[in-house]
Amino acid sequence: MRVLVAMSGGVDSSVAAALLVEQGHQVVGATLKLWGGPSDSGCCSVADVDDARRVAQQLGIDHHVFNLSEEFERHVVTPYVDAHARGRTPNPCIECNRSIKFDRLLDRSDRLGFDRLATGHHARVTGGTPWALRRGADPAKDQSYVLSMLGQDALGRVLLPVGEMTKDAVRAHAVALGLRTAGKPDSQDVCFIGSAQGRSAFLSGRMEFHPGEVVDGRGQPAGSVDAMELVTVGQRRGMGHGSDGRRRYVIAVDLPARRITVGDAVAALTSVVVLPAGTVTWVAQPLVPGDRALAQMSAHGRAAPCGIERTDDGLLIRFDVPQRPVAPGQTVALYDARETDAVVGAGIAA
Amino acid sequence: MGVITYLDHAATTPLRPEVAAAMAEVHAAALGNPTGSHPPAQRARRLLEEARDEVAALMGREPGEIVFTSGGTESANLAVFGTLAAALAGSPAGTWSGESAGVGDRPLVLCSAVEHPAVRASCRAAGERWGVGVVSLGVDGAGVVDLTALAEAMSEQARLVAVMLANNETGVVQPVAAVVDAVRRRSARPWVFTDAVQAAPFMDLSEATQGADLVSVSAHKVGGPVGAGVLAIGSQVPLSPLQHGGGQERERRSGTQDVAGAVGLATALRLAARERGASAGRVAALRDRLADGLLAQIAGAHRTVPTRVATLPGHLHLCLAGVEREELLVALGDQGVCVSGGSSCASGALQPSHVLAAMGVPDDLARGSVRFTLGWGTSGDDIDRALSIVPAVVASLRRHA
Repeated sequence: MRVLVAMSGGVDSSVAAALLVEQGHQVVGATLKLWGGPSDSGCCSVADVDDARRVAQQLGIDHHVFNLSEEFERHVVTPYVDAHARGRTPNPCIECNRSIKFDRLLDRSDRLGFDRLATGHHARVTGGTPWALRRGADPAKDQSYVLSMLGQDALGRVLLPVGEMTKDAVRAHAVALGLRTAGKPDSQDVCFIGSAQGRSAFLSGRMEFHPGEVVDGRGQPAGSVDAMELVTVGQRRGMGHGSDGRRRYVIAVDLPARRITVGDAVAALTSVVVLPAGTVTWVAQPLVPGDRALAQMSAHGRAAPCGIERTDDGLLIRFDVPQRPVAPGQTVALYDARETDAVVGAGIAA
Repeated sequence: MGVITYLDHAATTPLRPEVAAAMAEVHAAALGNPTGSHPPAQRARRLLEEARDEVAALMGREPGEIVFTSGGTESANLAVFGTLAAALAGSPAGTWSGESAGVGDRPLVLCSAVEHPAVRASCRAAGERWGVGVVSLGVDGAGVVDLTALAEAMSEQARLVAVMLANNETGVVQPVAAVVDAVRRRSARPWVFTDAVQAAPFMDLSEATQGADLVSVSAHKVGGPVGAGVLAIGSQVPLSPLQHGGGQERERRSGTQDVAGAVGLATALRLAARERGASAGRVAALRDRLADGLLAQIAGAHRTVPTRVATLPGHLHLCLAGVEREELLVALGDQGVCVSGGSSCASGALQPSHVLAAMGVPDDLARGSVRFTLGWGTSGDDIDRALSIVPAVVASLRRHA
């Protein structure tokens, strides 16, 4: 098959490309230029493009660089800033997957005559009409969470070559092939926020922050913050301790009222999260009220057993056991209650 | 590689066989260093100076005004930094931001909005280094420098005016003589630099750059080798060198001269001059046939530059609605058709064109921009192939949109 491989310059996508070449496909590599500003996260900087190009050369495949920076600014960066301004906690990597990598890039690969688009994500696509999306073989590196919004149309056109491998096996393969990226550390942070700069420095250049008061569960004053927009539901950092000596967690952020409510770990627990209808996507068959599932609220969090209920405007997820609260804007990935590595769908917490 | 239909001469040109032969002769000649005194060195010196004489004659300059460089980018850097540094050398503070009263006294560089990145970046960097103001000279919708705006921007503060002879993206020819005139009417002080890199294959540089103080040429744009270029510097222009060392090129550009490169450049320019009369007409006819064919077969295709505007005979710049230029380049490349979409950034990705932006081309049209550039090696077969491949590729991309 003709396969376009998205090559970030990291070891996973390098090995993904190598595997496809070994399997006899006609492979072309492409690196996305998404961000023109400072970046030291190890993803898609000029140095990373160079790494990707050299790996492509080692593999004997053509390499292109696609400038999708305008789309990235519009669909990922601007919404990231706007979400913070509305007191929400977005996941830009998921937005990038949703609107750039598995949308625009996927369409582009179609137009250029490729049969499939491949990435280095640690997840698996199995079956075939219907396609299933499953966790990667390495639980510590599983990235099914950030792909949980994909549906049949995308899954049928995507290859995830390293999903069956552990991270160690991926690196070993890279070393065996003599790929220059074999020893490169994984990118950790959001690609457009440099580690020196940090989220607050990035955002402060693009938006205003507002101070707010902190109150406890009884409405008693409990401090203040300089920038409410940087505070996340469930956050413990900076919230100190209550008079009972227990650590405090953010329970609610009311931006218009300039008020943050905190409480101890127990008070912070929640039994439900609502996923508005417009944000819910399904891999294949939708879950219906009464169904059971496992809900994962972060990239490497443990999935919690839950039941599905309906609300007026979407789905209500009720956890069997109360969980740390989910910040508005976070993605909730739903896994099958029996085949627990299979993604069923996803939504965004209200 | 399958059959290649090369229509990207503005990016680089194939090496002319006569140039390759002339350079091979130089390589085989066991020459010494041109600055030495023994026979092989003398031979090297002679070849270098013969090349210099020839280039000077073709450019309408004195041999002493010809400085050999490593190419168009070095020539642009030398023109900008070299002249400004020399002007700065007379200033006590080291920058102008010190004692000069205010913004009104700040020296200025006037740089057209459509200059090549080498010129723009040099002006910008020089501005940052020395506190010199950089004024962008606007162009009209067709990409021609606005002479009224130039006249208004001219002042006693201007030290350098940079207007290219012909644009690399659109091929639009600038009225350099009128630019020089407009500048001199206001002040005798600023130097006028014109980038003649794209124009060199097709225009009589002696005639077209008359009155300009600095003129740059690049060998690989005119059938010569990569790595060789020229900056013609009027003898009246004080210049500080960028490259220091043994003092070659009359202290203007140190470093052992590339004799083979200079010979290659001179040979290429000689051939271009000899063929210019016939070549310009032949290439223009092929270009027009390509243009007519593409515009007829592709719906929503627009000439970026109106036909009434003078352009180089090899340039055809189109905006194709409903097509992404990155995809077009890859898809055409897959079929062996080699064209370009504008300038690239450090990572190799295409960037939005500052030239099209300066011309006021709307973003959505600019996204579908594509540049075809014909040259000395282009044949009727190339045009036939392009006409049979390009419309089909465009249709295919649009079908899946």
